Amino acid sequence: MSLTSPDGSITIEPDDGPGPSFLRKLTTATDWKTAFVIPALAVFTALVIGAIIIMLTGSSFSQMIEAYLALLKGSVGSLRAISATLTEATPLILTGLAVAVAFRAGLFNIGGEGQLLIGGMFAVLVGFSFTGLPWFVHLPLAIVAAIVGGALWGFIPGFLKAKTGAHEVIVTIMLNYVAYRLVDYMLKTELFQREGRNDPISKSVEPSAQLPALLGWLDPAMKVHLGLFLALGAAFVVNWLLFRTNTGFEFRAVGANPSAARYAGMSVAKVYILVMMLAGALAGLAGAGQVLGVLDRASPGFNAGLGFDGIAVALLGRSNPYGVVMAALLFGGLNAGGQYMQANADVGIDLISVIQALIIIFVAAPALIGAIYRVKTDASSTQISQGWGA
Amino acid sequence: MSETYEKPPTESYEVTGRRTKELTRGQIKKARITGIVMLLLSAFVVVVFIPNVSGVATFGLSTVDDTIQLSALVVPVTASLWVLAMVLGFLGASQFVRGFQRKSTLILGISFGVFVMAMMVWATAGQEFSLISMLVATVARCTPIALGALSGILCERSGVVNIGIEGMLLGGAFTGVVMGSLLGGWVGLLAATLTGGVLALLLAVLAVNFRVDQIIIGVVINILVLGLTSFLTSQVLVKSPELNDAPIFPAIKIPVLADIPIIGPMFFNQTVIVYGMYVLVGSVTYLLFRTRWGLRTRAVGENPKAADSLGVSVAKVRYLAVIYGGMVGGFAGAWFTLGTVGRFDEGLTGGRGFIGLAAMIFGAWNPIGAFGAALIFGFSESLEEKFALLDTPIPTEFLAMAPYLVTIVVVAGLVGRARPPAADGVPYEKE
Repeated sequence: MSLTSPDGSITIEPDDGPGPSFLRKLTTATDWKTAFVIPALAVFTALVIGAIIIMLTGSSFSQMIEAYLALLKGSVGSLRAISATLTEATPLILTGLAVAVAFRAGLFNIGGEGQLLIGGMFAVLVGFSFTGLPWFVHLPLAIVAAIVGGALWGFIPGFLKAKTGAHEVIVTIMLNYVAYRLVDYMLKTELFQREGRNDPISKSVEPSAQLPALLGWLDPAMKVHLGLFLALGAAFVVNWLLFRTNTGFEFRAVGANPSAARYAGMSVAKVYILVMMLAGALAGLAGAGQVLGVLDRASPGFNAGLGFDGIAVALLGRSNPYGVVMAALLFGGLNAGGQYMQANADVGIDLISVIQALIIIFVAAPALIGAIYRVKTDASSTQISQGWGA
Repeated sequence: MSETYEKPPTESYEVTGRRTKELTRGQIKKARITGIVMLLLSAFVVVVFIPNVSGVATFGLSTVDDTIQLSALVVPVTASLWVLAMVLGFLGASQFVRGFQRKSTLILGISFGVFVMAMMVWATAGQEFSLISMLVATVARCTPIALGALSGILCERSGVVNIGIEGMLLGGAFTGVVMGSLLGGWVGLLAATLTGGVLALLLAVLAVNFRVDQIIIGVVINILVLGLTSFLTSQVLVKSPELNDAPIFPAIKIPVLADIPIIGPMFFNQTVIVYGMYVLVGSVTYLLFRTRWGLRTRAVGENPKAADSLGVSVAKVRYLAVIYGGMVGGFAGAWFTLGTVGRFDEGLTGGRGFIGLAAMIFGAWNPIGAFGAALIFGFSESLEEKFALLDTPIPTEFLAMAPYLVTIVVVAGLVGRARPPAADGVPYEKE
């Protein structure tokens, strides 16, 4: 399938030859089977394997059923459960978009963790540094700070890729670890550390910079916050950017076939830098949502694997912004339900990571699903990243 | 036609393949920048380190049970800092003025070494510091990193990217401790090795047969193993602690060699896993570069099509290399449990697999190079630990960042450039 620019003046043929070709099926296939049947079967199969694992660790069949009922109840069984699901889904939408938008330009952004951390630290810094500002100034300022922080952390791999060819996967992995250590360090400095504490924990975010809880008036335990609408808005904007603007077309063109894009006069270097900054900004926004909406402070590990989960969400959502939202809701439900399951059915929440990992395997290798269910799938699987040697 | 697309391509292409005496403008610029970095390090020693200290620093060079006892090295702090600063200044100035050209990278490395020495002298001022115990810890800590790197090298030399090293380490550590608790350390070590092999089989099946993106598989292996081992720890090990209590391999002194001062206790008074690492580094180097199998593996990693046309089965070569690699990764995992504490905790590898990946890149996909890189990273890890003990004002987090920053610098080609195998990460489709 070829790509055509919004004004119809340029058509780019995807690079389908052997060797480093990007995104083939992931971003072009839109038929209902690839978009819905495969993911649904992937989730189902992963849940079945999860059930087998539960039973192998010494639970009976009825205990397993009980655990899965708890999982369901904890994700959609009550208003409180739905609130928990939406709270969990909010950062996943954003980190999922951060991965998806990079996929579209043929880049693999594993750096969501670091971008989220740096964005979150920027937001916290603005959140506690200013006092006495009205909320409609303070909150946007903190959010913009997070976007800037994340974009900065995304700029580094984008710039290095564009100027030196350094592979973004290696650079983003390394930057994640740099960010972990940097946050550990920052949280122990006088600037960030809470007075009278020896452990690494930041000062509290001023109420004027906190994202308001949406259902707090019903029940203070319902944590779902305004960040949800920020995330949904971001999905809308990314969708518009990718499919309705020239910039988005350039992103997709570079993703589909960098040499054709260069031949058509686009600056591949510029696209790499812009896309990684955008991805970083989205992940940074996720960080802002966590520190301004859920935690009200920063402590080590507030990234909580959300950047990595974003990879799964982007794959399951087939790098389509609205697909990402759906996938994030599913993963949010699994996470929220998993916490309930751990508390009420004595099955550890780590099972959820196992199920999520299995879902990615089945989505990335549709031929496996095809073999199990005798569904006809396209034999070609997901090839997104460029080989390191390229 | 919209205006956006009318401008000509902005990238320019330079042919820089030939090595000439004349320096290009880029090389001169690079020499200037590295020269300035070195001068700044020198200035840092003079401005920050020298004014704050006085007295002597004592470095212990022997442990109590060494056969040949060396007396502790006592250095006057201020004088030695001045000497080190002058060395740095001299190297920096000459690099800035005329450049060391092809030796620049080496000189830059030496400069960082000198700077680290200055930092150690400064941190130890007025105290005693057991240099030897730090060096022993360096080799121990280098072991899982070097083995992890070796695991990556075996996979990637055949053209399969392995970023699931962390998962293989964690998986090996887990089964190692469980089987070790049940049936003893040697069975644990074997189980750890096999676990790595099984995870690698998953990588091989998905990468070779299903042609799934290899980076996705690596990410999945990491998430899957972290989730599975954490789940099993909370569901099983917490309830039956006898499964999480494995014997620890003792350090074995190698006769004669262990009696050499400094080198002896460092390299030849370690556990069987460390010795296994030496053997593996040596044998993988030999296998890769001196045998038919190695030639085929490297050929498949560089140009699978050509190898295929000469009758080499790309799939078979990749399967073998990846499974060997996975087994090395699982063996490395045993270090965390059977080689140190004898018990498993959730996520206890703490990103060491990614440092292994970094060592692989820093060592330019070469086992000996990766071992050298792992020694440097192991040194920075044990230095970090010692500095925390010495209660220095240096934030140890920055030392911990060093391996990652160095890797970014290397992949960006800012200082030297490590070149991966040409077909690394590219699935092969037979036509």
